[in-house]
Amino acid sequence: MNCAEGTPAIKVVDLHKDFGDYPVLRGLNLTVEWGRLLVIFGANGSGKTTLLKLLATQYRPDRGEIWVGGIRRSQDPVAIRRIIGVVAHQPMLYQDMTCQENLTFFGRMHGLDDIPRRIDDVLHKVGLEVRRHQRVRTLSHGMQKRLAIGRAILHDPPILLMDEPESGLDQEALASMGDLLRMEAGSNRTAVMTTHNVDRGLAWGQEVAVLSDGVIAYKADRDSLDEGRFRGTYLKQIEVAP
Amino acid sequence: MKEFLRPVFLVTWKDILLELRSREVVIASMVFAIMVVVIFNFALNVTPETVDILAPGILWVAFVFAGVLAMSRAFVIEKDQGSLEGLLLCPVSRDSLYFGKMLSLFLFMTVVEAVLLPIFAVLFDFSAFSFTLIGVILLATLGFATVGTLFSSIAVNTRSREIMLPVLFFPVITPVIIGAVETSTGAIGSSVNVIGVGRWLQLIAVFDAVFLVLCPWAFGLVMEE
Repeated sequence: MNCAEGTPAIKVVDLHKDFGDYPVLRGLNLTVEWGRLLVIFGANGSGKTTLLKLLATQYRPDRGEIWVGGIRRSQDPVAIRRIIGVVAHQPMLYQDMTCQENLTFFGRMHGLDDIPRRIDDVLHKVGLEVRRHQRVRTLSHGMQKRLAIGRAILHDPPILLMDEPESGLDQEALASMGDLLRMEAGSNRTAVMTTHNVDRGLAWGQEVAVLSDGVIAYKADRDSLDEGRFRGTYLKQIEVAP
Repeated sequence: MKEFLRPVFLVTWKDILLELRSREVVIASMVFAIMVVVIFNFALNVTPETVDILAPGILWVAFVFAGVLAMSRAFVIEKDQGSLEGLLLCPVSRDSLYFGKMLSLFLFMTVVEAVLLPIFAVLFDFSAFSFTLIGVILLATLGFATVGTLFSSIAVNTRSREIMLPVLFFPVITPVIIGAVETSTGAIGSSVNVIGVGRWLQLIAVFDAVFLVLCPWAFGLVMEE
């Protein structure tokens, strides 16, 4: 899998990112150990999506360094893309291709072997087996989101990056996504996800963090978390957010 | 090399599949180009004496504007459906993505030109089966696709992308258009100046070679953020 052993799954040191005159991340430091599910909370514009895009090699940092799976971002971004799966706001799928065609295309782009078996497995996991020959355009938003998750885990990446993966999902889809995440957590996969929903984030995450003023303002293990204090801190961040 | 070519052909295959289903690019460009040729045929009184002078210009106006129409769609589907991000997240070099998109644009433009050329030859009464003419069409189309893919990827991220693409594209591609018109004049005309045609073909070939190196590099920078 090309991941350096003995290193954290994700390590971010002194990360800075500006958009024009507006600084989004200001010296952010973060470490995520292997097999953990970190949920990041933060107000709108706090830089959650920017952080995930930096981890996913979609943005170049202005300053600081990122290691994903022990691989330095500045040295080999292609190798990082091989070991991550990304779920973003948009499904990142081709609307005029079927579910199977989309997964086949992305599987081949990842240079995977045994693609038909992997597609069967993924479609089973996301509950879209009967829709495999249906064009993405004809699927509901929730189903497209599930297929997007399927695309993200098709190459069995050890690290998952998910930006508000639950947005727009109905209760049934949310429940199945929670099941899927728990199943994935059991498979020793590392995941970083962002959300605005405190209850859901606390239910799904093993670690929680709050992003504020361009840095990680709070980070704690779920088991040792003082929930009242956390909620107070997070809600205060939202109130003071511009 | 195989690792580089695999995503190139995959991206092209994907674009062809999507085009076969949507028929957005080739049909629209073809109809537009045919209309240009037909309108010019009626607007200008083209006689056997003036065909050498007028036909090459009309042919390349049709090809270039049809090409711009095709280019303007090259990244729109990717952008509008958010699939460009998915493509950029694949563990392949930006160069191979660029060449995949460039190859599909080249193929779409070549299909349009292959249909348009015989129609044009019938309307303007000249032989379309000239090796020089076919050669210059392929070389110039390669130049259009090379530069057009890069500028299309830039324009798609701007608010006024329909305006931005021709504004960026035409100043850069002008040497190729001039060379293509001059070479076509020699190929369509009765008196072929072999030395003149050869020099223009060389110019287009050098342009293609230079931009086939520059554009993938610039594409990598454009796609970074």
